[in-house]
Amino acid sequence: MNDRIEKRIELKAPVSRVWRALTDYREFGEWFRVKLNGPFVPGQVSRGQITYPGYEHLQWEAVVQRMEPERLFSFTWHPYAVDSKADYSKETPTLVEFKLEKTASGTLLVLTESGFDKIPAGRRLEAFRMNDGGWTEQMKNIEKHVTQTS
Amino acid sequence: MPAKRRARVSVFAALGDQTRLSLVAKLCGRRPYSISQLTQGSKLTRQAITKHLRVLESAGIVHSVRTGRESRFEFDPQPIEGIKQYLDFVSEQWDQALSRLKSFVED
Repeated sequence: MNDRIEKRIELKAPVSRVWRALTDYREFGEWFRVKLNGPFVPGQVSRGQITYPGYEHLQWEAVVQRMEPERLFSFTWHPYAVDSKADYSKETPTLVEFKLEKTASGTLLVLTESGFDKIPAGRRLEAFRMNDGGWTEQMKNIEKHVTQTS
Repeated sequence: MPAKRRARVSVFAALGDQTRLSLVAKLCGRRPYSISQLTQGSKLTRQAITKHLRVLESAGIVHSVRTGRESRFEFDPQPIEGIKQYLDFVSEQWDQALSRLKSFVED
């Protein structure tokens, strides 16, 4: 069983464009669906409000780790911490890294999320139960919306 | 639903050991085993096996059932399944987020 998530995606856009979409807090908010309070600054907490339909009451909170222009953007967070009553502060956060690489057709984006091995089993089950059903439905709605408007 | 499990050891930490993995492999046939049965054919002492079983127990992967003077251990698939589902869930969220990012930068 793997304790990390890795995704590779080819984007037909220059590295500079992808970098902006990842690190400009307004642009990040557009596709991630979060209204952030201010710019990303390494070492600082980033806060905001989720703009997902049905989940607007949830807060976004992450700590920006590294910003190496057009190469690496990373933050730590509590993945999909959707239970607004739960105290996640005592749990080890996971590390999210976006790595960019120039390719012939644009940009290769490699996303990794690691550190799931530090999360106790109880939390995972609870988080999953909280999300089961509701999120899956929401995701479908959004996907429909995105494909209709793009 | 049984009483809420308070796992102190992460499932990954519990499974990150060759001895414990082989204990789980034995136990996941669903039949409860006693410590003596689990020690048989192993190079490890009864004490060492017991220690490993306690680690698995604190992650909720095995439960001990007392029968008379002896403890038997049985496998509980829930924590491992729960983690798998949770990771699948987070993974799915990223797939969706990245596909939105793709539309966003390629437009």
